Order: sequence, then C-alpha cells, then structure tokens
Amino acid sequence: MLEVDKDRARHAVQPQHAFLVTLKVNGEEHRLNVDARTTLLDALRDRLHLTGTKKGCGLGQCGACTIIVDGRRVVSCLTLAVMNQGKEITTIEGLANGALHPVQQAFIEHDAFQCGYCTPGQIMSAVGLIQEGRTRSDDEIRENMSGNLCRCGAYTNIVDAIKDAIAHGLDPREAMTQAVEAIAQDAGREA
Amino acid sequence: MVPFSYTSVADPQAAVRRTSEGHGVEFIAGGTDMLQLLQEGVRAPLELVDINGIGFDDVSVAVDGVRIGAMARLADVADHPVIRERFPVVAEALHESASPQVRNMATVGGNLLQRTRCLYFRDVATPCNKRVPGSGCPAIEGQNRINAVLGGSPDCIAAYPGDLAVALIAADAELMVVGPKGERTVLVEKLHRQPGSTPHVEAVLEPGDLITAIWIPIAAGGRLSHYLRVRDRATFEWALASAAVSLGFEGTRVLEARVAAGGVGTTPWRLRAVEELLVGRDLDRALAHEAGERAADGARGYGGNDFKIPLLKKTVTRALMRVGGISPGEPA
Ligand SMILES: Cc1cc2nc3c(=O)[nH]c(=O)nc-3n(C[C@H](O)[C@H](O)[C@H](O)COP(=O)(O)OP(=O)(O)OC[C@H]3O[C@@H](n4cnc5c(N)ncnc54)[C@H](O)[C@@H]3O)c2cc1C
Ligand code: SF4
Ligand code: FES
Repeated sequence: MLEVDKDRARHAVQPQHAFLVTLKVNGEEHRLNVDARTTLLDALRDRLHLTGTKKGCGLGQCGACTIIVDGRRVVSCLTLAVMNQGKEITTIEGLANGALHPVQQAFIEHDAFQCGYCTPGQIMSAVGLIQEGRTRSDDEIRENMSGNLCRCGAYTNIVDAIKDAIAHGLDPREAMTQAVEAIAQDAGREA
Repeated sequence: MVPFSYTSVADPQAAVRRTSEGHGVEFIAGGTDMLQLLQEGVRAPLELVDINGIGFDDVSVAVDGVRIGAMARLADVADHPVIRERFPVVAEALHESASPQVRNMATVGGNLLQRTRCLYFRDVATPCNKRVPGSGCPAIEGQNRINAVLGGSPDCIAAYPGDLAVALIAADAELMVVGPKGERTVLVEKLHRQPGSTPHVEAVLEPGDLITAIWIPIAAGGRLSHYLRVRDRATFEWALASAAVSLGFEGTRVLEARVAAGGVGTTPWRLRAVEELLVGRDLDRALAHEAGERAADGARGYGGNDFKIPLLKKTVTRALMRVGGISPGEPA
C-alpha cells in the first residue's frame, strides 16, 4: 500500500474525475468525455481512432507517439488529454494534403523504415526537427532525432530522407507552415 | 493508474491553496516524470493540480542576474542566448538531457524534483524504502550499478539523476518558492535532503510549496564553466557521472571555484574539497589530476557501482582541463 492511500478517505477537496474536453486535432474540433487519467495518446488512438500515432513504451523513451502540439514536437504518452484542451494538435494523419508531405515522400524514396511501426513518430519528429532548423550536419540531425528509436535500425536512411526533404525545396521554416496550411485546406474541404 | 482528480489553476496563490489542503494533492507541470510514475503505479495522487496556466515560463535578464521561470521548458532555456553565453554550464546540462520531445515538454521546476531512476523504486513488485517506507532496500545488495556512491545510508542509496540541479549549484543559483506561509528563497544546493532514515522525504519543500523561479546571480556569469557527463550511450540517457565546473581566473590562477557532481550522489553533490584545493593555485594538468583525486572523498561502492568512483575522479579531472583550456591528449 502506498502512503497516500491512507489519505484517500479523508480527502477534503471536491474531486473531479470525468471531463468533457475539446481537442483540436488536425484542424478539427472533437468533443469527448475522458477520465482525468486518459493520456493524449490514448485519447487520439482509442477515442478518436487516429491510430497512426503509435504506442511503444508509454514512458517517453521510444518516440513512437510523437505528435506536434502548438508547433512543437512532443511525446503524447507523457501528457494527459485534459491538459491539452484548446491546443493545435497535429498527428501523422494531418500531414498529407492530397499529395504526401515532403518528409513522408522522402521516407518512401529512401526506404527509411522496415517494419514501419516507429515511422509515424519518426516523420512527425523530423517535421519538428526541420522546423527547429537543427539540421546543419548529419551529426546534428542524428543527435536531434535521438528521441526516436528504430528497432529495425533504419537510422542511416532516416538521416538521408531528412536531408533530401530539406534539399528538395522544403525550407525548414516552411515545413510547419505547409503542414498547418494542409490541415486548414482539409478542414475547409470537409466543411 | 489509480483514479485521481484534476484541476488547473491560473495563478501561484491558487496552486498553493489547493495543494496545501492535504496529502496526495500534487502539482503537475510538464508531466514527463509524473506520467512515468503514474503509468508504473509508483505514485498514486488523489488529485493533480495543473500549474501550466500560472505563467512563470520565461527567462528574464536583469543587471544583477537571470531569472528563469519555473515553468520554462528545458529546450527554451537551453537555447536562450544569455544562458548559452554567460552560463554555459547550465545550457550544456540541458542541451543533451532527455530527448528533443521531452525537452519541449519538461519544465525546469519539475526537472529539479524528478525522482530517482533506481530500478527498485520504479518497480512496484519489489520492496523499496523510498516508495514504501520501512519495506527495505534491495539495491544495497542487489542491482546497484546506477546507484549512488556518495551520501548513501543503510536505508537508501538511490542516486539523484538530474543534470540541471548539478549545473545550478556550480552557478550559485537559488529558488524562489511560494508556500502557505509566504515567499522565501532556497539555495539549489540546499533543496535536496540526504536519505538518512527517511529516504521518502527528498526535498526541503513542504506541502503547498511551489517553485516559481530560479535565480542565477550575474557573478557566476563572469566565471568560465562547463558541464561534462558520462553515460551508457552517446545521448538520451541519464549520467552515470557528471561534473559541473565553474572557475574564476586571474591568468591561470584560480580565484574562485565551484565544482559539483551528478549521477554519483544521493543528491546533487557539491565537491568542496576539490574547490578548496583549486583556489589560489595555477590550473594545469597536474592540478586537474590532483583535484580529480579528491572528487570521491568519502565515496563508497556497493559492488555494481564501484566503477563510479574512478569514473567520477576522471570526469572531474576532464571537466577541469576543459575549463582550463588544457587539452586532454598532450603528455603531462
Ligand atoms: C525519456 C526521458 C529521459 C530523460 N532524461 C533525462 C536526462 O538525461 N537528464 C535529466 O536531468 N532529466 C532527464 N529526464 C527527466 C526530465 O527532465 C524530467 O522528467 C522533467 O524535467 C520533469 O519536469 P516536468 O515539468 O515534466 O515535471 P512533472 O513530471 O510535471 O513534475 C515532476 C515533479 O515535480 C513537481 N513539480 C513540478 N513543477 C513544480 C514546481 N514549479 N514547484 C514545485 N513542484 C513542482 C511535481 O509535483 C512532481 O512531483 C528524462 C525524462 C524522460 C521521460
Ligand atoms: S536505493 Fe532507495 S530507491 Fe533504491 S531500492 Fe533502496 S530504498 Fe528504494
Ligand atoms: S510511446 Fe510515447 S515515447 Fe514510447
């Protein structure tokens, strides 16, 4: 038994466990009921059925669950859904706009995966990396992709794909703008 | 995860009020350590109080020092031009901590209070005095490769894992704390407690105490500094041993010295014997070695972590050489 369990009975504050939250994912607002414990990752996968975002370790150690929140790459397993209301959330499903996003295209051309499980996280992380501009050398790319593990060992091709995406007209500063515009257009089409 | 309730607060006073009401009400900031511990069942709070809305998330530069808001993210502090230029020891400690994703989420306040990586602490299937007081310490005779060689007690030898606190000690930093009884300051060096017979009590903070900012006095910015860590893989890993060194010079003579070590102590560990040895002397290769030898004064290994004693000495020597501009390759 944990020390704190003894205090459960005499807990004074009014507890709230269930929440009606609004999550803005890939430009679209979703209202859903969640328990306070629901991670953003589980809300995306199990509640919104956006299963492109993968669950590997659930502890922030593998990067498979990487998404972009308010313009920054994060691991969605280490944050609660209820903490992410009103934020701009982009998942792998929100990246392509008719045509694949340049980073997606480059991953295919460079065979930057084998089993593919870590790939959505790798791609989202790469989009974040390119926007941060930390791509001045292979070493800098490797260091700044270190939050994404690939058990198949496709690392060499991942670095090549990222460099190619930058070389083929994807200005680092524009990577995020492109993704956001794609989402806005998608949202417009659906409306 | 055990069910918990959740509230978010918009200012420090509300945060303090909510958490001083009783046991089991905890702050959540970036959530990166809290979520790990919730997922593993190590922590079971009654309520989480989300402090992301309180502000205190920027770095502000004054004539006499730099104030880093407790909610500032590791990535932003590591990239801040003044931190990089004047306090490299702090920027370097943050730069390769965790992963880019975690650095975008994790706050500096939360970083200081992260819990140990001791294997038993994070595995609820085993006893652990820190997690369940009185249940025993299997690490002392068990898997203790990552545990502490400095500051251990018969009840706990868990290493404090963080990097930032070690660097902040070398920069003479203090914390602004708001609590039920008002505001006060706490030196970073005084934040963590030795395990003794109460290893579950880790910091001098009381229920309701909220760290609002870190203050680094400008004097530390006039010294040369460096953070060096040694770990099992090149990156995305906690330190097995680290050294934070900050030295003020007149020519090659050391006028002022701050040296602290990470990954080896039950708390971030200030190496006063090393500092005293350095002051007033010319820093050369021989002195760097002599000082490094003193880094493990009082250290004790428990088998698996014996290697940390020579590793600590070499890490301190190497960090001193770097600050002194002495290349490690040249013969003595
Ligand atoms: C995969 C991984 C790798 C990591 N590698 C490293 C590494 O190499 N080096 C390193 O130093 N760290 C490392 N970390 C630890 C990481 O830096 C910390 O988890 C993080 O900084 C904690 O900050 P947070 O804002 O997420 O805290 P939270 O998880 O939100 O909180 C942590 C604790 O601090 C308390 N708290 C938070 N803010 C305040 C405040 N303002 N006042 C009072 N109490 C507060 C909370 O109640 C909680 O007890 C790693 C973490 C992960 C997940
Ligand atoms: S060293 Fe401390 S944290 Fe690790 S098992 Fe022993 S009591 Fe628990
Ligand atoms: S599932 Fe989130 S980092 Fe592994």
